[in-house]
Amino acid sequence: MNQSDRLDLTFAALADPTRRAILARLATGEASVGELAEPFAMSQPAISRHLKVLERAGLVSVDVDAQRRLRRLEPERLQEAAKWIERYREIFEQNYQRLDALLDELQGKRARSRRKK
Amino acid sequence: MPMPAEVSSPSDREVRVTRSFEAPRQLVWDAHTSPELVPRWQGYEGWDMPVCEMDVRVGGTYRWQWTNRDDGSQFGFFGTFIEVDAPSKLTHEQYFDPGSFGSAMPVGDPCIVSLELSERDGVTTLVCTLTFASKDARDDAVSTGMTDGMEHSYARLDGLVATNAA
Repeated sequence: MNQSDRLDLTFAALADPTRRAILARLATGEASVGELAEPFAMSQPAISRHLKVLERAGLVSVDVDAQRRLRRLEPERLQEAAKWIERYREIFEQNYQRLDALLDELQGKRARSRRKK
Repeated sequence: MPMPAEVSSPSDREVRVTRSFEAPRQLVWDAHTSPELVPRWQGYEGWDMPVCEMDVRVGGTYRWQWTNRDDGSQFGFFGTFIEVDAPSKLTHEQYFDPGSFGSAMPVGDPCIVSLELSERDGVTTLVCTLTFASKDARDDAVSTGMTDGMEHSYARLDGLVATNAA
């Protein structure tokens, strides 16, 4: 699977509030399906379906040895997606910082000191 | 104080950038549509923008070209305005002009660039949505040599900002 395909799976998996909440919960530590289902008005099978999507995207893994089949967050794919977003952000941000300065000038403001690194 | 630009990818062909500016909407609009103002901020570190022609009306065209200060290499964008609703919405197609990079850079299908501006309490929020012709085009836009070139060394940015704001 190339990076483009991985990003598709990651962004698709993230495009759901329940799955984002599951990831947020797993960021605090491993959890069983039962524990993950608890805060939601949702059946365990429904949660399991969400977990399948997250697992397919490589965002969550299952500890198959543990009796409770604990789920764990796999941060690598999230980092890859964040890095991809960050490259776009940097390109725009550099332009927009110049635009900030221009807008200040047009409004007769002085350059803001906060832009100094 | 404006927040740094936020980027999301609402679909596999889109990239959306949100940024706020401490300025009235009309001024942010002018900075995006005036051929005198656009070259002052739109571009890349180490590149000048000697060509900036814009006929901002529906069906009007624009042509932007940048020249590298060190080696004189050139590239640009051009296209037609699709939607012009001052000072809130501007949509144009964006074709890549590979300039001196010739066939080394893919030209491809146009990207649709949509700019939406809203103002509240003197702060203007800009939402820029890029809709690429395909998922691959979206992904390529950050992985081409051009973007790598854009990213290298922003060390002189502070100096540049200071000059522009002087």
